[in-house]
Formats: sequence, structure tokens, C-alpha cells
Amino acid sequence: MAPAHDGRGVMQKQTVFQSRLLPYALVAPQLAIVLIFFYWPAAQAVIQSFLLQDAFGLSTSFVWFDNYKDVLGASDYFNTIVRTFVFSFLIAISSLSLALLLAVMADKPLRGSALYRTFLIWPYAVAPPVVGVLWVFMLNPSLGVLAHGLRAMGFDWNPLLDGNQAASLIILAAAWKQISYNFLFFLAGLQAIPSSVIEAAAIDGARPARRFWTIVFPLLSPTIFFLIVINIVYAFFDTFGIIDTITRGGPANSTVTLVYKVYEDGLLGGNLGGSAAQSVILMGIVIALTAIQFRFVERKVNY
Amino acid sequence: MVERRRFGNIFAHVVLCIGVLIVAFPIYLAFVASTQDTATIANGQMSLLPGGHFLETYYKTLFIGSSGTTREPVSVMLFNSFVMAMMIAVGKIAISIISAYAIVYFRFPFRMSIFWLIFITLMLPVEVRIYPTYKIVADLHLLDSYAGLSLPLIASATATLLFRQFFMTVPDELLEASRIDGAGPFRFFWDTLLPLSRTNMAALFVILFILGWNQYLWPLLITTRDDMQTVQTGIRKMIASSDALTEWPVVMATAILAMLPPVFIVVAMQKLFVRGLVETEK
Repeated sequence: MAPAHDGRGVMQKQTVFQSRLLPYALVAPQLAIVLIFFYWPAAQAVIQSFLLQDAFGLSTSFVWFDNYKDVLGASDYFNTIVRTFVFSFLIAISSLSLALLLAVMADKPLRGSALYRTFLIWPYAVAPPVVGVLWVFMLNPSLGVLAHGLRAMGFDWNPLLDGNQAASLIILAAAWKQISYNFLFFLAGLQAIPSSVIEAAAIDGARPARRFWTIVFPLLSPTIFFLIVINIVYAFFDTFGIIDTITRGGPANSTVTLVYKVYEDGLLGGNLGGSAAQSVILMGIVIALTAIQFRFVERKVNY
Repeated sequence: MVERRRFGNIFAHVVLCIGVLIVAFPIYLAFVASTQDTATIANGQMSLLPGGHFLETYYKTLFIGSSGTTREPVSVMLFNSFVMAMMIAVGKIAISIISAYAIVYFRFPFRMSIFWLIFITLMLPVEVRIYPTYKIVADLHLLDSYAGLSLPLIASATATLLFRQFFMTVPDELLEASRIDGAGPFRFFWDTLLPLSRTNMAALFVILFILGWNQYLWPLLITTRDDMQTVQTGIRKMIASSDALTEWPVVMATAILAMLPPVFIVVAMQKLFVRGLVETEK
């Protein structure tokens, strides 16, 4: 997957076809789509982010980093960045720990383990807005089944008014959806650990809990690291559908994430330069995350 | 297994059962809600066992639609989602496999530049360039069209990288042998490479279909006509701002119908699905 062996290295075909035009014809469709729907809009966003348009859209002027200063200087944008990272962190931690626990259990040679596995992986296929709908229904203050339970326990549950409760609802729903994905990768990671290593530790007298923390967990760390990055990216982007069906950013912006803000500000229209600057900042964050992930992938290759 | 512990196994069963419960309960509840009548749910007196309105609700959902803000029958939305997901999956596989073929089996000027141009798209999901992309699609008059729904989502490198990776592992002898048989680039591709790639294509198809089916933000922006919405954007419009106006059984039936195709694929093609997932996300 990593492009590490490209260029002049070993990873080249020795025998190839000779043709002058055919290879271009073969790459043309993908190249066209990538240029039109990827590079062109991305370039537009970058250019736009350095321009300022007057209120009537009649003239534009080049304003260097003013749009960035405006965006980053606004207190609500700063809050949104913090909120997005807090959401991501909480979603990743809760989903990863539950998934790891389940994967460790499902890795044991149990009766019916294939059945458990099937039941645990299919929520992967449920779309974020549907996840949102399922959770908003369960926890709807007036008719949700779980909301009734909370009320009965004397808990004043009303995510429509309370920002923290709305945020926890989003985090819960988003973490729930991600359990399957994390479970699958943890299980694959666990199955890749040679049993001889664990047997050796057992002969030395290490009990299961100790074996887990001193052997399994360290050997699993590449998987864990990979999943942390993936989960953060997931929390950045795929939670959009969940937020949009559960809270639409409310109450009082308490569940607006960076992607949601780009969407919302864009719908209002107006400040083109500002929205473009927001998009570019978001691109920067994603590229940074991807770079971290690739560094890690490289290391795994050299293992 | 190293040792057998009775207690350990019971503990594992308990944990897994709780896990399954957590994962399955919201979906079970959605199904139960879809079989009860609107008034009971609106009163907050929903039963936890299935009711008797199954056929009625699903008939209404599929062919009439919610009487809330959108009246589009869900069968139309499902059809749109299906077309979009198929176009994304098939389109991506088709353009990727031929470009990977060119990059691996030919030498030509700018080969590596083109590879990198495609590779970089891996980094940015459509969400970060959403409005500029919207503008381009609008300028091309592709709003409210299947092409507009799918083309921008096809612009990504995952599949190309996967096929390139796979072609690298195909032994050179195969190419030499078919050359001796007088095969040109088309024959070799069609008769040798394509049959060898079948499993990879299937695994990729499974993942791409699910990803395409579950798209939300993009269809939300570019479809304005009710008869062009996908099931994911349609379900959001069914939830009215007032609880009393939302027809929860219909909403829940839509949720169940929306998850049916991808869930079926995951369960029925579990091996391919896991393989596709692990390979595309590596």
C-alpha cells in the first residue's frame, strides 16, 4: 500500500507492453475524473481562501491570509476545533476499549464464536444518518424507551435543551457505530499473534491478565495506533450524518463539529473566502493525520 | 488455546452477549417500532414486542411514503440509492483497474507523475472540498442526476492502489507465456489478468457498494428534487420538528429498509467483506 518501493526499485515489472498511446487511453478516464472532481475543486478552495469578495460579488481582491486570520480569530471557530477534538477523542476511546474487550473474548475458542462475530460486525453496514435516527428514537425525551428509563431513575434527560446531554448522545451513537469496525481489526490483529509466544508465557507461569498486558497488548500496538488515526478521521467526517439527524448542531451550537460548520456556513452563503479557508484548514488537518498514518504504515512494513 | 478455564469461558460468553445486546438492541427496537401504530408510539407507550402493523407500515413506507414533510415513496429512494451505489462501485472498479493496468504493464512518459496525481487523492475525502465540488457539478448541469451523485465520489485512489498492488504480485511468466501465444495487451488483460483479479474485484465491490449506499452529505447537497433523494437523505426529512408530526413507524421501517442491503451483503459475504475492508484500509 505504501508507495515506498516505487521509482527505480525492485517493484517494477521486467516485462512490459510497448505502446505509445494505449497507456494514456487507459489512464485517461480516471485522470479526467480526478482532475475535474478533485484537483479543480481543491485548487478553487485554496485560491478562494486568499480572496475577498465584496458584498455584491462584483469585485474580488487578494487579501493574503486575512480570511484565515478571521476564521481562526473567531472564538466560535476555536471552540469548534476544541469540540471536534474532544468528540473524536471520546468516540475513539470508548469505541476502541469496548471493541478490544469484545475482540479478546471472541478470539477464544468458544462455542458459537462465529455467530457472535457475525452479530458484532453487521452494524458496520448501517449508515450514519440511520444510526442517528435509531438513537434519537431511543433517547427522544418524550417517547424514547431509554429516555423513559433514565427519567424513571430520576435523571433529568433532555438533550433538546442541554448541550452536554446532546453531545453525549452524539458521542454514544458515533461510538456505537464504530464498534464493529474496531472489533474486526482487533480480531484480525489478535489472530496474527503467534500462539507460541503466548504459550511460552503461560509456561513461565504468567496468568491471562498478565499475559494480555505484557504480551498481547504491546504486540497489538500497531493495530491500536492505526485504529486511533482511523477513528479520529471517522469522528471528523462520518459523524456528520449522525449530528445532522440527531441535533442539527444544536442546542446553541453545542454539537457543531468542523465539518458540520463548513456545511452550515456554506448553506448560509455569503462569506466565500471564509468557508474556503475553513475547507483548507480541514484539508491541512486530514493531510497531517494521513501523514502520521503513513509513517506508521512504513514502520510496520519494516518491522 | 493455552489452558481451559471453565470460568473464563463463561465470562467470555457473558461479555460477548452483552456486546451483542448493545449492538443489536437499537436495531431490534427499530424493527419493533416499525410494526406498531403511530399513536401508540407518539404516546410513549411502545411495547418491546413486535406489534401487528408490519404489513401496513411497510406497504405505506414503500409505496406511499411518510405523510410528514416528504411524501416520496421509499421504494423510489431505495432505487436511487441502489443506482448511486452501483455506479460508484462499478465505476470506480472499472476506471481503476484499467489505470492500474497501464501503470504496471506499460512504460510511458509521466507514468510516475500520473501515479502520484492519483495517489494524492487518497488523502482528502469529498467533505473537505464540498462546496467547490458542488459548484463544478452545478456548472456541468449535473445537479439532481445520477452522474452528479456518483462521479465526484469515484474520484479516489483506493481501488487503483489495490489493483496496482495485486498486479505486482502476478508472476511475469504469465505475461511472457501469453506473449508467446501471440496475445496483445487487450487479450492478456481480458483472458489472464481479469480472471485472476476476480476475488479482489468482488471484495472491493462489497466495500465500495456499502460506502456508496451509505453516502449522506454529498447527496444531501446536490439533490433538490424529492424523486432524486436517496434513502439516507430521505429519512432525515421524515423526522418533523414536532414529535407529534413524525410518523415513527414509517421512519423506523425506512431505517430497517435502508440498512437491509448493506447488512445483507456484510452477513452473506462476510469473508469477502472482511478481506475488502482490511485491504482497502491498510
